[in-house]
Amino acid sequence: MKYLLVEDNFELANAISSRMGLDGHQVDHAAKISDALDYAKAGEYDLILLDIMLPDGDGRSFLKQHRAGKNDTPVIVLTARSQVSDRISMLDLGADDYVTKPFDHAELQARCRAVLRRKSGTAQPTTRIGDVEFDPVRGHLNVKGTTINLRNRELRLLELLMNAKGQVFSKQKLVDRLFSYDDDVSENAIEVYVGRLRKHLEGSSVHIRTLRGIGYRLDHEE
Amino acid sequence: MKNDFVVLGSLRNQLATILTGGAALLAILLFFVVRGYATQIAQEGQDNILSASVSSILDAAVLRDGVVELDFPYASLSMLSTSADDRIFYAIYEDGNLLSGYDGLETGLGASGNARMFVSAQYDNATVRVATASRTLIGADRSRQVTVSVAQTQDALAETLNRISRNVAGFGLGFFALATALAFWGTSTTIGQLSRLTTSVTRRGPQDLSPFLKPVPTEMVPLVRSLNTLMARLDQSLKQSEDFIAEAAHRVRTPLATVRSYAEATFQRVQNQENRDALRSMMRAIDESSRAAGQLLDHAMVTFRAGNLEREDVDLDGLLRDLVQRMTPVADMRDVALYLDSNAPAILQGDPVLLQNAFRNLIDNALKYAPAETSIMIHVQTTPRIRVDVSDQGRGFLLHEIDKLAGRFVRGGDTEGHIGSGLGLTIAQDVVNAHDGIMTLSNRQEGGACVSLQF
Repeated sequence: MKYLLVEDNFELANAISSRMGLDGHQVDHAAKISDALDYAKAGEYDLILLDIMLPDGDGRSFLKQHRAGKNDTPVIVLTARSQVSDRISMLDLGADDYVTKPFDHAELQARCRAVLRRKSGTAQPTTRIGDVEFDPVRGHLNVKGTTINLRNRELRLLELLMNAKGQVFSKQKLVDRLFSYDDDVSENAIEVYVGRLRKHLEGSSVHIRTLRGIGYRLDHEE
Repeated sequence: MKNDFVVLGSLRNQLATILTGGAALLAILLFFVVRGYATQIAQEGQDNILSASVSSILDAAVLRDGVVELDFPYASLSMLSTSADDRIFYAIYEDGNLLSGYDGLETGLGASGNARMFVSAQYDNATVRVATASRTLIGADRSRQVTVSVAQTQDALAETLNRISRNVAGFGLGFFALATALAFWGTSTTIGQLSRLTTSVTRRGPQDLSPFLKPVPTEMVPLVRSLNTLMARLDQSLKQSEDFIAEAAHRVRTPLATVRSYAEATFQRVQNQENRDALRSMMRAIDESSRAAGQLLDHAMVTFRAGNLEREDVDLDGLLRDLVQRMTPVADMRDVALYLDSNAPAILQGDPVLLQNAFRNLIDNALKYAPAETSIMIHVQTTPRIRVDVSDQGRGFLLHEIDKLAGRFVRGGDTEGHIGSGLGLTIAQDVVNAHDGIMTLSNRQEGGACVSLQF
């Protein structure tokens, strides 16, 4: 997915971009409101991440101009403040959601997904491999005409595997992606989710292979 | 409430005293003026009749053969008859010697010619009004001075005057009552302007520092102007400190976010267990400090707002619906389902910001301790009283410490490994107390913790 990140702190912008890159997302960075408005006009973004305190003004003024321009790209605000009144005023101005700095990337991703799901009246970009169609925003998996609703961790695991077809993921890497660093889980926990996905994918041309001692890989039979 | 300033007199009493005192004075003045005028008019009336009587008697006087003859008609005296049967006295003098009538009537001697003379005098134990006139009869040898006095008691006049006095007194009292009522109405209206200003300033919430814009009378303009200036200054200094806090939070939290993002990205890449542990500690420290800072600010805000509780109609159903929508992404991450069991508006008089904060903390707690693929149920009940239960399917509270958990910075003995500040339940408890409600912690029979807020 393509994100526009409006953040004046270059260090943070780099950190976010590099972390988003790990999930296969593309991030454009604007450090000023004026740049951000130009970017937003020129590029087709799935989502905008907006810092509130910017050198050439308040992020809220960007929100106002953004919405005034009939641009309905969803906006998630990155705020340093946790006061409730501030949150409410940002939602009033047309932000779709917010996260408080410092934030957990998994939470940011979850919020992005929720916002996109809420906003998407029309078709969402789906990933298709063979006879399997996957809608990562809604969490729908369509195998040979049957639609399955995936749980969140199943969906994140499948998204990871499908975005890097043929790439091997170690159990630890998968645990890191699916669980918080704070969750006390063993690497074997991943087997449960892989097992479920295998069951969902049964009979299709897509398989999750176990490479003993190395990890898992998504394969597609031609 | 005890005033910490000196109260000296009352504008309302001062105004009322001046106005009613003035009205009383005017009423008394009115009474005497009207009564005096009425007396004068009544007296003139009596004098005119007396004068006519005297004239008709004088006109009857003739000089025949050097002797004064006077045969006055009966009507001369009967014209003086009154409803009060006033007594009439007369005296006729020829050159100062009583010719006929009552002796000793005060005549106001010295009257001469046709000039009339009226005096009030005492006669036969009564006050009488005496009219006297003289006429000179010219005879062949000499002229003679005939003087006639007619007197009448004043019973009818006094009666009339008393009637008029009573009426005037009644009228004066009525005038006084009306004037007093008008004075009180006028005073209340004037003081009412002040009261309205007071009420509108008192009713403001602690956050409302907007200028006073309603129309006020000219006399109050300086007061309102200085009030507005004061509020503008307060507002500005509040904004400055808010901006300062925002700027400070931004400066502190943005680098923290940078560190956390880098740590997380690195954590995803490194294999070495030692490095991973270090990164994990780092992220935990950042999350803990950020959470503690947020909770402390929230707690301060809750304490402040709870002390100055502003009540408005809050629909808990709508509030919880928003909250659940807002928290669902976090629940999703852990594959925990968040259910809201509420189907009717639950209107509560309270502060929406506080209530939202309390419920967010409860749901946050439930999310922290709920195992994956379980659900958290928020049940809203409106009868007999509004009650919200937040229950999870986790391991529940430790029974021996259940009473202490709402204390400040108290954390459960089994919360090792969970990030928390020990303020979540304190905030919820403070909010519930401010709304005169009860918070109950319990463990469900089916397992899991349940926090109930009853309002």
